Amino acid sequence: MATLHQRSLARLMVAPSVVLLFLWMIVPLGMTLWFSFQRYNLLMPGMEEFTGLGNYRYFLSDPGFWISLQNTLIMVGGILAITVIGGIAIAILIDQPIFGQGYVRILVIAPFFVMPTVSALVWKNMFMNPVNGLLGQVSRAFGAQPVDWLSQYPLFSIIVIVSWQWLPFATLIFLTSLQSLDSEQVEAAEMDGAGIWARFTNLTLPHMGRAITVVILIETIFLLSVFAEILVTTNGGPGYQTTTLTYLVYTQALLQFDVGGASAGGIIAVILANIVAFFLMRMIGKTLD
Amino acid sequence: MARKVTNTRKWIFTCLAWGVALLIFFPILWTILTSFKTEGDAVATPPKFLFFDWTLANYREVQARSDYFSHFMNSVIIALGSTALGLLVAIPAAWAMAFQPGKQTKNVLMWMLSTKMMPAVGVLIPIYILFQRMGLLDSRTGVLIVLMLMNLPIIIWMLYTYFREIPGEILEASRMDGASLWNEIRYVLTPMAVPGIASTMLLNIILAWNEAFWTLNLTTSRAAPLTTFIASYSSPEGLFYAKLSAASTMAIAPILIMGWFSQKQLVRGLTFGAVK
Amino acid sequence: MNMLIRSLLGACAVSALALPALAQQTTLTIATVNNGDMIRMQKLTGDFTTKHPDIRLQWVTLEENILRQRVTTDIATRGGQYDVVTIGNYEVPIWAKQNWLLPLDGLPEDYDADDLLPAVRRGLSVEDTLYAAPFYAESAMVMYRKDLAEKAGVTISESPTWGEIFTAARAMTDKSAEIYGICLRGKAGWGENMAFLSAMANSYGASWFDMDWKPQFDQPEWHDTLTDYVTIMAEAGPPGASTNGFNENLALFQQGKCGIWIDATVAASFVTDPGESQVADQVGFARFPNKEGVDNHGNWLWSWNLGIPASTTKAEAAKEFVAWATSKGYTELVAAQEGWRAAPPGTRTSLYDNPEYEKDAPFAKLTLASIDGVNTDQSSVKETPYTGGQFVSIPEFQAIGTAVGQQFAATVAGQVKPEQALTSAQQLTTREMTRAGYIK
Repeated sequence: MATLHQRSLARLMVAPSVVLLFLWMIVPLGMTLWFSFQRYNLLMPGMEEFTGLGNYRYFLSDPGFWISLQNTLIMVGGILAITVIGGIAIAILIDQPIFGQGYVRILVIAPFFVMPTVSALVWKNMFMNPVNGLLGQVSRAFGAQPVDWLSQYPLFSIIVIVSWQWLPFATLIFLTSLQSLDSEQVEAAEMDGAGIWARFTNLTLPHMGRAITVVILIETIFLLSVFAEILVTTNGGPGYQTTTLTYLVYTQALLQFDVGGASAGGIIAVILANIVAFFLMRMIGKTLD
Repeated sequence: MARKVTNTRKWIFTCLAWGVALLIFFPILWTILTSFKTEGDAVATPPKFLFFDWTLANYREVQARSDYFSHFMNSVIIALGSTALGLLVAIPAAWAMAFQPGKQTKNVLMWMLSTKMMPAVGVLIPIYILFQRMGLLDSRTGVLIVLMLMNLPIIIWMLYTYFREIPGEILEASRMDGASLWNEIRYVLTPMAVPGIASTMLLNIILAWNEAFWTLNLTTSRAAPLTTFIASYSSPEGLFYAKLSAASTMAIAPILIMGWFSQKQLVRGLTFGAVK
Repeated sequence: MNMLIRSLLGACAVSALALPALAQQTTLTIATVNNGDMIRMQKLTGDFTTKHPDIRLQWVTLEENILRQRVTTDIATRGGQYDVVTIGNYEVPIWAKQNWLLPLDGLPEDYDADDLLPAVRRGLSVEDTLYAAPFYAESAMVMYRKDLAEKAGVTISESPTWGEIFTAARAMTDKSAEIYGICLRGKAGWGENMAFLSAMANSYGASWFDMDWKPQFDQPEWHDTLTDYVTIMAEAGPPGASTNGFNENLALFQQGKCGIWIDATVAASFVTDPGESQVADQVGFARFPNKEGVDNHGNWLWSWNLGIPASTTKAEAAKEFVAWATSKGYTELVAAQEGWRAAPPGTRTSLYDNPEYEKDAPFAKLTLASIDGVNTDQSSVKETPYTGGQFVSIPEFQAIGTAVGQQFAATVAGQVKPEQALTSAQQLTTREMTRAGYIK
């Protein structure tokens, strides 16, 4: 009896979150779906009509659509690669016996607290600007021609900025994971004469497997919606070079005020994101056991 | 048996680690330094690192131009409010899922996470119209609810993974003693769950503080937090590096300080079940 | 602790007492752009609130793009968040036709709407009714460094041709000393690089659309415009030009890194401000160039205006404020506080008739000539179906202009050839215009 009672209590406890999230999902989704079949531009009231799949055809045929997909993948993939590899390296470094470990950790964690808008503004103006930015000044000091990061390597620059924000997160999770590694095991391996690399690949890496999955999952969720950084730095350009899917939807919604087109784009983005999510979830599903 | 570490090795690693840490921290440090320079010094060639005329003029100017305190208070209320509300809803849910898992629990969790995949930019206009009808535009309540919903999946998930680490045997034991679910929560598990809740809370405050899309678009003045404050400095006329730095420092300082003081707590919970 | 509680209680009591008084106040929420003149106005509003103790002002200062996005969303959904909005002359006629703005009739007697410069007033009126009051207005002109020109042995006439400008820019360039002969907008955006490029194209004899709304990027005039622009930027422009907008170029010019800068006339008061500009006493001015044989100086006309959304419930108070901020009295207030040079330019004939202004502002005559010379009803030498100078006055232009601007920014960054950018521009404009129903 108790278990039955407890089970229904448990349901009751879960219910508020499920209901709220369901509403939060279904209301915007429903409205978006509805608008995606309408011709509806905020700037031209009185022209609303049903257009069937017109908005979808329009969005999919956007000259920037395929490029934006590609950019999204490169951006998310690039940031994941940098933060995971960089995060592991830095975590291992900090995990060594060093002086002032606590302070090092404080310095490393800092970028995680910075507002995306602020970090984009700071990087764009104070570092990447070729005339007055610090990077430009440093390269001039060495007699080199300053690199104009945001126009010559725009996507790479965005990757750098966003990676800087997410590196601390990855590092910290990896560090926690490393610290739970059984030191006796490591010592045993050391005694057996296993080299550093062998110890890393056979012991450390497998141990961190779960941590890596978690970092990838959480970051992907946030990275797919990266937007402020692009808006502030490059506005999606030059050309389409930093236009991601989210940014493309933004141009439809808040530049053209084409609610119909933006809604169709939103639905497409949701579908694509869920495909990505499906694979991620399968990956992470194992972690939950 | 501690590993023997030679002093040289320790020094080498110390230097390396500090080097990397300073490199990562440098952009923030540079921003803070620049905020105390005159506009001329801010773009001087070669860059001036520490030896310049320290001035508070930029802070004065920023304060004269925008009401920092009101933005700050809004940020605090929105961040704390959405976190409190979120925890209120999330703790029971995560608790039940962790200790009374059903067949669907995992799927429900996955589904919750997937609600975060909706691109906010695409649904702004429908939500804006909805908010307008409900009179929620430029109200702290409105933003607070949206941010709560946005972060709810992450909170639930984080709490869930944390609660799962609480050993089941304790539960069994207390149940054998005939403790009701309520007492079980109150006396046995709450003390063990507090650290997890604390770090979830911290993470959520950070996420809510830094959220810049909904806060910018759903507020005007009365409810406008620091993200709106910073939006008025993004490209003013003429030389603006020092003023931008001062505004940036003012926007990030509160959360940075809070983060630093609580980083141990934050890090402990920030594993999302990655560490067993 | 006790102290804190007590003072908090005290504060509560005081505010409770103050509440009835506050209740009779009208609070105006004013959305404004974060540029120098607007920020100055914020500082000077004490004058308004002492005259109108029953009106309280609440400022929302935002960066231009965010402002536009916020205000447009709000006004189109009738959100009613703002009582006064700062908008450009691009929005005014479009929004007025949608009945989103209140007509500005019944302004106080001393407002003297007839004093407004005719070109500016025309741009803000629909069927002779004013829908927004101009705060300041600008055309575009050439600003150059007299010292650098002399050093390079070149002269720039008062009404130069593009050929003259290009020659001078090349001669002034000294990249090793960080002197760039010419600074032009490169940052993508309909109000950034496309404002400049549309004006330049006008002066090359190009137009955006023919009478059937067919985009004209496949015409030789646009080809010449873009190739000349890209060539001179590569030879004499600063690094990072593709992300430079008005503000970035202003900073460069003030630091003495530009030989020539062709941009909005309002910049003149900033570059001649000795407090901010290192080259204040070396700036020469000239009209926006034209191509040899084409009688067109770009027809650039922009104004920042104060309008009142139809969704406001405080129309009367809002009107009071708009009238104050754009009045002759406000101009005098600025002059008294910060000197005549800082007065908001380009809106009133009386300002240009004022000898003191002319004495203090060496750029006055040229600014007036530039604005007076603009004809936004016929911005190109070709026949066009649209109005607007450096923009096309249709709602779709924001998006189209920005998308085309991205293509052109990519050419400055050296990643795309001008021919290729023009082809993409032609395609995407055709696509959007077809969707919007202009092209049948």
